[in-house]
Amino acid sequence: MRAAMQNPATISRPRASVWTDPQVRGWLFQIIAVIAVVAIGWYLFHNTQHNLAQRGIISGFGFLDQSAGFGISQHLIDYTESDSYGRVFVIGLLNTLLVSAIGIVLATILGFILGVARLSPNWLISKLATVYIETFRNIPPLLQIFFWYFAVFLPLPGPRQSLNLGDTFFLSNRGLNMPSPNMAEGFWPFLIAVVVALVAVWVLARWALRRFEATGRSFPTLITSLVLIVALPGLAMLVFGDPFHWTVPELKGFNYRGGWVLIPELMALTLALTVYTAAFIAENVRSGIQAVSHGQTEAARSLGLPAGKTLRLVIIPQALRVIIPPLTSQYLNLAKNSSLAAGIGYPDMVSLFAGTTLNQTGQAIEAIAITMSVYLAISISISILMNWYNKRIALIER
Amino acid sequence: MKMVKSTLAVLTTAAVLGVSGFAQAGATLDAVKKKGFVQCGISDGLPGFSYADAKGNYLGIDVDVCRAVAAAVFGDASKVKYSPLTAKERFTALQSGEVDMLSRNTTWTSSRDAAMGLNFTGVTYYDGQGFLVNKKLGVSSAKELDGATVCIQAGTTTELNLADYFRANGLKYTPITYDTSDESAKSLESGRCDVLTSDQSQLYAQRIKLAAPDDYVVLPEVISKEPLGPAVRQGDEEWFDIVRWSLLAQLNAEELGITSANVEEMAKSTKNPDVARLLGAEGDFGKDLKLPKDWAVKIIKQVGNYGEIFDRNVGAGSELKIERGLNALWNKGGLQYAPPVR
Repeated sequence: MRAAMQNPATISRPRASVWTDPQVRGWLFQIIAVIAVVAIGWYLFHNTQHNLAQRGIISGFGFLDQSAGFGISQHLIDYTESDSYGRVFVIGLLNTLLVSAIGIVLATILGFILGVARLSPNWLISKLATVYIETFRNIPPLLQIFFWYFAVFLPLPGPRQSLNLGDTFFLSNRGLNMPSPNMAEGFWPFLIAVVVALVAVWVLARWALRRFEATGRSFPTLITSLVLIVALPGLAMLVFGDPFHWTVPELKGFNYRGGWVLIPELMALTLALTVYTAAFIAENVRSGIQAVSHGQTEAARSLGLPAGKTLRLVIIPQALRVIIPPLTSQYLNLAKNSSLAAGIGYPDMVSLFAGTTLNQTGQAIEAIAITMSVYLAISISISILMNWYNKRIALIER
Repeated sequence: MKMVKSTLAVLTTAAVLGVSGFAQAGATLDAVKKKGFVQCGISDGLPGFSYADAKGNYLGIDVDVCRAVAAAVFGDASKVKYSPLTAKERFTALQSGEVDMLSRNTTWTSSRDAAMGLNFTGVTYYDGQGFLVNKKLGVSSAKELDGATVCIQAGTTTELNLADYFRANGLKYTPITYDTSDESAKSLESGRCDVLTSDQSQLYAQRIKLAAPDDYVVLPEVISKEPLGPAVRQGDEEWFDIVRWSLLAQLNAEELGITSANVEEMAKSTKNPDVARLLGAEGDFGKDLKLPKDWAVKIIKQVGNYGEIFDRNVGAGSELKIERGLNALWNKGGLQYAPPVR
């Protein structure tokens, strides 16, 4: 349109009227559309407010400061029943983020392994990967969650007959009880040693890369790094004593006391989401690898690169460009699917906030609006992060 | 699935509240008469209160409350359609107009009455919260439950009472919160939790649904007051009165000795003015309620008086065999008392 406007022939032509000027009309219609949208929004908002007041339903966000009064089975920050609904919201959010984060990491690892396995020249490995992918991506995630929860974790023996792994880990239908670390005298030296080791590894890796690019001589970075990471903190432990006291769970009364526990709801949900999403990621990985032309492999091999290095240095970096965008969608799916937690009583944000809180306060519109915007925020954050990564690894055209 | 349903309910509420005109008295009765049935919110399966039998007919006290309203309005107790709702869904369903009345073993509390835009019309069942445990645990009192894992249903007063009780007694506990009563019962059976807590009536009802009911026992402590009753939307007093008096008519009938067997006989031949007024033989108290003259006759003939309903669904004549206790009439040592019809 702009091209037409700038065409001298069009400009010099006398205008019939303002109404036929495409630019004026364009503005006019856009202004009308904006006014209409705002008016409808305002009408809905106002009418909702009026109706809520008319029916004696309290509205507003004051409830966030009220005391919640109910218990929560898993909270990453301190919580007592007298804490506010606002704190309940934070706990729900953290529980959702916990499941999403663990799920994303595990699903990515499992998905990459499966995707590569499906392309393996080994018949058995590739067929096993195919069967896995075709099974798990075709069963609805809620059913998989129910399966893991009701058929795998709940039938485990009770706490008194729990599966005992070396008197430190106990697996029962109450979850996986494990020792928890408490700070001891050697904690700070240990922490400093870990930080120093990590910094040293980073410096070493940069130096090795620069030397490699300059001289072509390689340096065993991986092994040196491992030695550094194990040796420095180990030395600190020898000199300053143990960094942690371990509290081992003890069977007392109905249940284990002390230590940490992974509740079965968390394990079932994480496992189900991991297994489900990994099947999709595996397909993304496979398509990414297949998108790299076979000539690349042949070229790398004829340069004398071994199979492992061919995959790591030539195929994967190119495949990632194809893999990352659909991988982002899978991460978003996993984060959103975590809301199925309500089905098995895992206290995620939907169950705690859009469920219990909504019901105890009756403030449906506020609770749902908050929950929806938080999911939106989580999803958009993941998207932004992945898009940034995608840009970084994108092909730089020369 | 439940989430989807409740989210839908919430969105409908938002939509309805956003677009609809303003509520007004009489609107519900007119709408009910126009569509020809009462849409009644009941529970998602609780023996004695509301559950479907093998033929798919709904039975129970809560269901009978709905049927009584239909009998009063239409003279036909079968003109009811039921919406099974989870505890979490129930209030939004009523607020949004998805159901005309809620009869779903719902506890009457001040915040529900005042802040949620609901009105409770009466008490159909005086209940209290209790604990159901496996006999193997060897627990005989709720005070011994320190450190226990407790299964509860989400969005109930039970959740709050439980926290209060354990806090007041200095006991620790872990709550596991499920959407439906079936899930919490399954979880109790599998041993995920040590205790199931709910209103005592529900505990008896859930116990008979377990695979081995005799392995479980209801502890003696009652830790709360749970007056259960039907609720309607605020702002329609006419409909509120109809739902309220449908129940009160049944209570009055029991007190006056009117049963489903003798109601027609009594309507014709009674000399007792109380009976005559209730059954429309004297005066026309139905008209005040915008109901037919013989509204109470229809209720009692088709649904029964309160005592009949109680016995048939949860009392001596049922599997649950719950005693009348607090739910006996006021002149028999209980709390059930109805204002007179006059």
